[in-house]
Amino acid sequence: MIALRTVRVRLTGRDVLHDIDFTARAGEMVALCGPNGAGKSTLLRALAGLLPEGRAPDPRRVAYLPQGARCAWGMTVAEVAALGRIPHGDADPAPVERALQACGLNGLRDSRVDRISGGQARRAMLARVLATEPQVMLLDEPTADLDPAAAHEMMALLRTLSRQGGCVLTVLHALDLALRYADRVVVLAAGRIVADAPPESVLPAAAAAFGLPWGFDPSPRLLPPCQS
Amino acid sequence: MTRWLALAVGCLLVASLLTGAAGPGVPDTLILWQIRLPRTALAALVGGGLGLSGAVLQGALRNPLADPGLLGIGGCAGLGAVLAFYWGVSAVFAPALPLAGLAGAAVGCAFLLGFAGRAASGPSLILAGVALSALAAALLALALTLAPNPFALAEITFWLMGGLEDRTLTHLLLAAGPIALGCLTLLRLGRGLDGLALGDEVAASLGVPVGRTLRLAAAGVALAVGAGAAVAGGIGFVGLVVPHLLRPWLGERPSSLLLPSLLGGAVLLLAADLLARAAPLLLPLHQEPRLGVLTALLGAPFLVRIARQVAPGGMT
Repeated sequence: MIALRTVRVRLTGRDVLHDIDFTARAGEMVALCGPNGAGKSTLLRALAGLLPEGRAPDPRRVAYLPQGARCAWGMTVAEVAALGRIPHGDADPAPVERALQACGLNGLRDSRVDRISGGQARRAMLARVLATEPQVMLLDEPTADLDPAAAHEMMALLRTLSRQGGCVLTVLHALDLALRYADRVVVLAAGRIVADAPPESVLPAAAAAFGLPWGFDPSPRLLPPCQS
Repeated sequence: MTRWLALAVGCLLVASLLTGAAGPGVPDTLILWQIRLPRTALAALVGGGLGLSGAVLQGALRNPLADPGLLGIGGCAGLGAVLAFYWGVSAVFAPALPLAGLAGAAVGCAFLLGFAGRAASGPSLILAGVALSALAAALLALALTLAPNPFALAEITFWLMGGLEDRTLTHLLLAAGPIALGCLTLLRLGRGLDGLALGDEVAASLGVPVGRTLRLAAAGVALAVGAGAAVAGGIGFVGLVVPHLLRPWLGERPSSLLLPSLLGGAVLLLAADLLARAAPLLLPLHQEPRLGVLTALLGAPFLVRIARQVAPGGMT
C-alpha cells in the first residue's frame, strides 16, 4: 500500500499540488489522468520521495520510472535490467531473468539499449523496474511512444503484475487505455484530485477535467489483441 | 581484459626500469633506485589516476567527452602548483606543491559539479569546462608575467608541458599517498555511477546517495589529478582516451570500466614515457620530447574522432 495525505507541493513559488489525499492498495492498478500541467508527474514524484522536502520510501519496496527514461550509455538490455538490483545491493540473476522474460526481452538481452527500437528500449526500462521486485510501481507514461499493439501489450503486462499482488500506479495520457485496464482512475486537474472512481463511472468527471464533451462513438476502432 | 591490462602494466614497469637515456640495459643500483624507480612508479601512478578519473567523470556527468584536462581540472591543478612555485612556498615546505595542486583541482571539481548539479546538459557542461580551462590559463599567464625572475618563467613553462624526467623519490613519496587515496575513493563508486546512468532521479529512487556520490567523485578526482599534476605537470587526454579505447571490449557499464581504466591509464603513460625516452635515440632530437606533448599529439586527433561519433542530439 502507498498513501499520501493532505499534501501541498510548491515548486518555483506556485502550488503544483494541494490537499491531496490519496491511497493505493496492493493488487490494485490505478491510472492517473488529467490535462497537461495538472500535477500528475509531481504527484508520482512526491510518492517516490523525490521532492525536496519529501521522505524517500524504501527503494526495495517502491520503484519509479520517469517520463522519457533513458540510459546515458550503450549498456545491454540485461545490464540495464540488472540496475534494478541496486536497492538490494546484490547481483541476483534470478529476478533479472524473470523481469526480462516478463517483458519479452529474452532475445534482446545482449543488444545495446541505444540500438533497439523505442518500444523495446521502454520495455528494457520497465524490466529494470521489475527486477527490483517492488511492492509499488510508480510509472510515468509507460506507453508513450509505443505503437498501439505494444501499448496494449504493456498495459496487459502491468495489469497481470497488479493481479500478482503488486500495486501499479501509472500516469496515462491515453484515457482509453486507462478506462480499459485500470481498476481505478484518479483524475487530477490544477493540482487537485477531482475524481477517483472505477473506470465505468469516471468518464463524466474526466471529460469535464479535459473540457471535452463525452458520448458514445460507434466509429470503427482498433481493439486490444485479446478482450478480457 | 583486466588480467591482460595488469600483465601489460607489469611488462611496461620492467621495461621502464631497464630503459635509460642511453638505451636498454641493467643499470647500477643507485640509478635504478634514485632515477628509474621514481620515474617508472610516477608514470604508473599518474597515468592510472588520470585514466580512472576520466572514467569516473564520464560516468558521473553522463558525458563521453569528460576528461580532467578538457574540463579544466588539470589546468586548475597546474595553476595551484605554479602559485606554490611562484611564492617559493614549495622550496620551504615540500608538500606545499602537491597540496596546492590538489587545492586547485578541488576548486575546479567543485565548480564543475556545482554547475552539473544545476541540470546542465552535456554540451553546456563541456563549455563550462572550456571556460574554466581558459580562466586557469589566463591566471597562469598572469602568474608567469609577474614571475620574479626569467629563469622561474622558463622553469614553470617547461614544467607545465608535463614530464617525468629527473623526478626523485621525494616527488614519488609526495604524490603516492594522495593519488592512492583518490583512486581507492573512486574505485568504490561503481554501483552509484551505474545508477546515475539512468539519471539523477532514477538513481535517487534506486537508493543511490546521489549528492554523496558526486562529492566523493569530486574529492577523488581532485586527489588523483591534483597530486598527479603537481609532480608531473600538464598531461592531458589520458582520462579521455583510455575509457574510450576500453568500451568496445568491456561494454559501457560505468562500473565495469573503473579498474580497467586505472590499469589502462598506467599502460598508456608508461608506454608514452618509454616512447619519450626512445625518441632521441631514433629521431634526430637533441632532447626528449615532453610527455604532455606526446599525450596531446595522441589525444587531440582522438578527441576529433569522438566528436564526430557523438551525433547531434546524442550527447545530453
